[in-house]
Amino acid sequence: MDKNIYVQAGSLDIGYKDETIVSDINLELRKGQALALIGTNGSGKSTLLRTIVSLLKPLNGALTVFGKTPGESPCRVAYLGQFHHGGFILPLRAIEVVRMGRFPMHGLLGRMHKEDDEIVWSVMRMMGIEKLANTPLRYLSGGQQQRTYLAQVLAHRADLLVLDEPTSGLDAGGRDLYLQAVRSELARGAAVVSATHDIQEEANMCHQVMLLARRVVAYGPPKTTLTPEALLETFGIVVTGDKRLRVIESVHGHDHGEELHDEH
Amino acid sequence: MDWFIHPFITNEFMVRALLAGVLVSIACSVAGTFVILRGLSFIGDALSHGVLPGIAVAFLMGVPGVLGAAVGAAFMIGGISLITHRSRLSSDTAIGLLFVGMLSLGVIIISHSSSFSGDLTRILFGEILGISTQSLVLQLVATLVIIAITIVCFRPFLLLSFDPEQAQVAGFSTRLFHNIMLFMIALTVIVSFQTVGTLLVFGLLIAPAAAGALLARRIQVMMTWSIIFGVLSMYVGLLLSYYYNLAAGASIILVTVIIFFIVFIIQNVRSRQIFSPRKKAHG
Repeated sequence: MDKNIYVQAGSLDIGYKDETIVSDINLELRKGQALALIGTNGSGKSTLLRTIVSLLKPLNGALTVFGKTPGESPCRVAYLGQFHHGGFILPLRAIEVVRMGRFPMHGLLGRMHKEDDEIVWSVMRMMGIEKLANTPLRYLSGGQQQRTYLAQVLAHRADLLVLDEPTSGLDAGGRDLYLQAVRSELARGAAVVSATHDIQEEANMCHQVMLLARRVVAYGPPKTTLTPEALLETFGIVVTGDKRLRVIESVHGHDHGEELHDEH
Repeated sequence: MDWFIHPFITNEFMVRALLAGVLVSIACSVAGTFVILRGLSFIGDALSHGVLPGIAVAFLMGVPGVLGAAVGAAFMIGGISLITHRSRLSSDTAIGLLFVGMLSLGVIIISHSSSFSGDLTRILFGEILGISTQSLVLQLVATLVIIAITIVCFRPFLLLSFDPEQAQVAGFSTRLFHNIMLFMIALTVIVSFQTVGTLLVFGLLIAPAAAGALLARRIQVMMTWSIIFGVLSMYVGLLLSYYYNLAAGASIILVTVIIFFIVFIIQNVRSRQIFSPRKKAHG
């Protein structure tokens, strides 16, 4: 068993009890590598991420995380979901949200140490929110909240980061900080899987990309995978004007509303 | 000054009532904080009324009401979980169904007893002025258990309130800790009904914690405010009931709700002055 293979899927079918979203996924993600999932809303990106972190069970086929069943290594996996419901009512300051990222390492009653605080402050600096540490979450703007959630994920110091649209709501500065943070996580030896719409910078920074459209359209290194043909198949329409690929989305419908939301 | 202390110096039952009230306030504040943060108000409401048939049967059989309440609560939680998992219905539909079913059943059982209105009033509004030492001890033990659960489960409870999926991925079983939280709420309701009654325990569960939520920036602070408001309501409610011959349980709950609205109004007036236009942190 190769210890450097962090995520491995073979003929994997994912979806919900009564609906398969994507079938026959094969992938291998190794230590220090990044994988970008690209596709429209409802294409299966979130479903795959949720299956990797064991919020959904695989319908068929094989999926291992660190060589084990997903969900068996909570200390090594950090997850950023798309929605945070509690933020409006919870009396929490930004720093307390980030500190939650250290909970998996300490269990129920394990004490937080000085080094935990150092990690918390360093990731807050990394996301540019150290001055907001004592601000209640509900007074932060959407972008500042997203930075806080990202800092929480970074505070985990996980071996595998699973991120669902991590740059949604971020301004240009926030996106740069995020990309920088991902680079340093990769350099540390962590692996990163993210669902993204950024087919320029973020996808090209990754070692692998997977194009999804309720099936795997293409999978491999960005250079050979992000072809206009494959993107056309994934998104429906591709406009190639000023050297930059621009994508116009079509939405693949499926019953589960959580992936269908307005992103622009 | 004497007006404020006199009833408690001269009457032992008032001291017992206040003691029981303080313990109930602490239990309700701790459990109520998570009821508010997790949006479990409806289940709290349903639990406090769903225990009625259990208590009624216990009264008829001559066993302690607390035992009946425990059986009723277990039945409610089991039923809600069964309907939610075995059907496509949402949990609030399941809660509502069991809530009205159990409440009607309770009233039907009580209507068979010889002293229908007396028993019903006792169950719905409690008997804070007639608390036995045994009940006080039970309330103390339950309050300590509730505090212990909160200390041990604080991190998963916080994660659950923040985002249940994060809790699950972080290795804290959502189902397990959700059930522990329900158990804690049920325990609060079961031991508190003797003091303020099943109808009013719900008020004490949410009103002080809700007022605390308006003021606090941290959960521990919210809990502390909630306890302060709860204890204050107990004290003021008992005094009003003593001097003006009002129903004690109802006076207490009315005071907590009034406190909530006072806090609410003050907060709104202040935030209009301070946060106009709405103050947001920029950076």
